[in-house]
Amino acid sequence: MDTPHNRIQVAVIDYGMGNLFSVERACEHAGLNAVTTDDKSIIMNSEGVILPGAGAFGDAMDSLKRKDLISPIKDVVKEGKPLMAICLGMQLLMSESEEFGHHKGLNIIKGSVVRFPAKNREGEKIKVPQVGWNRIFQPSSEDRTCWNISPLKNIMSGEFMYFVHSYYTIPSDKRTVLSTTTYEETQFCSSILWRNVFACQYHPEKSAAEGIKMYKNWAWAIKSKQGQKLWKEN
Amino acid sequence: MAKNIRVIPRLDIKGPNLVKGIHLEGLRVLGKPEQFARYYYETGADELIYMDIVASLYNRNSLHDIISKTAREIFIPLTVGGGLRTVEDIRNVLKAGADKVSLNTAAIKNPQIIAEASRKFGSSTILISIEAIKQPDGRYLAYTDNGREYTGMEVLDWAKRVETLGAGEIMLTSVDREGTGKGYDIELTRMVADAVSMPVIACGGAGNVEHIGQVIAEGRADAVAVASILHYDFIGYNRGEVDKEDEGNIEFLESRRTFSKIKPVNLYDIKDHLHKNGFQCRYNINQEVVSGHTA
Repeated sequence: MDTPHNRIQVAVIDYGMGNLFSVERACEHAGLNAVTTDDKSIIMNSEGVILPGAGAFGDAMDSLKRKDLISPIKDVVKEGKPLMAICLGMQLLMSESEEFGHHKGLNIIKGSVVRFPAKNREGEKIKVPQVGWNRIFQPSSEDRTCWNISPLKNIMSGEFMYFVHSYYTIPSDKRTVLSTTTYEETQFCSSILWRNVFACQYHPEKSAAEGIKMYKNWAWAIKSKQGQKLWKEN
Repeated sequence: MAKNIRVIPRLDIKGPNLVKGIHLEGLRVLGKPEQFARYYYETGADELIYMDIVASLYNRNSLHDIISKTAREIFIPLTVGGGLRTVEDIRNVLKAGADKVSLNTAAIKNPQIIAEASRKFGSSTILISIEAIKQPDGRYLAYTDNGREYTGMEVLDWAKRVETLGAGEIMLTSVDREGTGKGYDIELTRMVADAVSMPVIACGGAGNVEHIGQVIAEGRADAVAVASILHYDFIGYNRGEVDKEDEGNIEFLESRRTFSKIKPVNLYDIKDHLHKNGFQCRYNINQEVVSGHTA
């Protein structure tokens, strides 16, 4: 029987940034038992970890430092535990961000975080943040292998996902780019797959049936213990 | 490449029921909000808005129940507004399952709540609802309590101020047009959309699909809230159940009348119309070939 007791436990890292309730409900829907926590031992004892987040990069890093959560997150990655980083969580994985000055990130994935330009090529004002639905595409140079072993498997290239963000990531190693999206002429990396880390700029928990499929795929990867073996090695 | 326009059903809630009025007054009971929400989710709504429009007068528990039921099965952003006064009120509706909150009266009485709430929950969680009424001299003033309470504040000044305070979006309602089916107030929408860099959701007045295209093209809205045209379409072939012992005027629902100015449509029709007229929006990509949409 599918009760919370025999469900797989995943930790949703709570560092005071943003609203985590929809992440919890999506996990529940995908058959995962989500525990929202800032407790290191719970994080390390969970079978998967979600790094969510909304808000400012600098505040988020300060909060992770204050709660002494930086080394546990790095340990999760080192141990090969599946990690899903969402929105600001994805940006925090990078080396650095230009948000309100300059900030060091977790430096788990080499790369930087930059802001959308204020104007397009025609000089017209662009609405920032991007709020709403946009399409994720498989990078044209890649074959479908990475996509098909990632939480995006059985989701079509070109599917719509829900975004809310002003900044986006530029990973140094282009092979980690799992999907790209274009907003007001700027093409950016909308998902990353690197070893046991899956990161997305959009919110799968707010992206209707296709987003929930992503949580289910991630849950399957944890359950089948296939995650770290199957996901892309770089 | 233009951005994707969001089409957002707005559900006004009174007690356990979905209601609809004209100029935010004269409420008629239409059915159970959860049923409408489910249907809109399945037919491609980009987000949902629940407005508890008489929140200050009634018990809030029914709203929290409706939010929780909705949030368990609906995975698109849900905005909840109406009668939220404190950061604690905000926390409670987020906890019940809302993704964003909409503030009006509380923000006007105490603008610092915008700064405080956006720090706590993230800017993207805080939507400011502006209820605008055009004055005889042509100015637009912001009102509260469904357009009943005068604040004396100019809409444009207030919109710019809420942006600096950290709000994430504006829902801009023309009280004059609301529920009339006469079309959105283009002048009002354009004025605000051009002045702020955050998204503006146009609300009030949609009577047909052409109105939606118009407020996007001419009013430069980033998103549109729609109510009557969708609700009347839904009840046209699907009689929802209604709590008869609860408050509300159900004669309208029983009579099966509709307004001449309002041409009911479903979300497929709206999106199809937008696509055919060159507006981008989210659609079911599995039906791409069938309906002739191109990427």
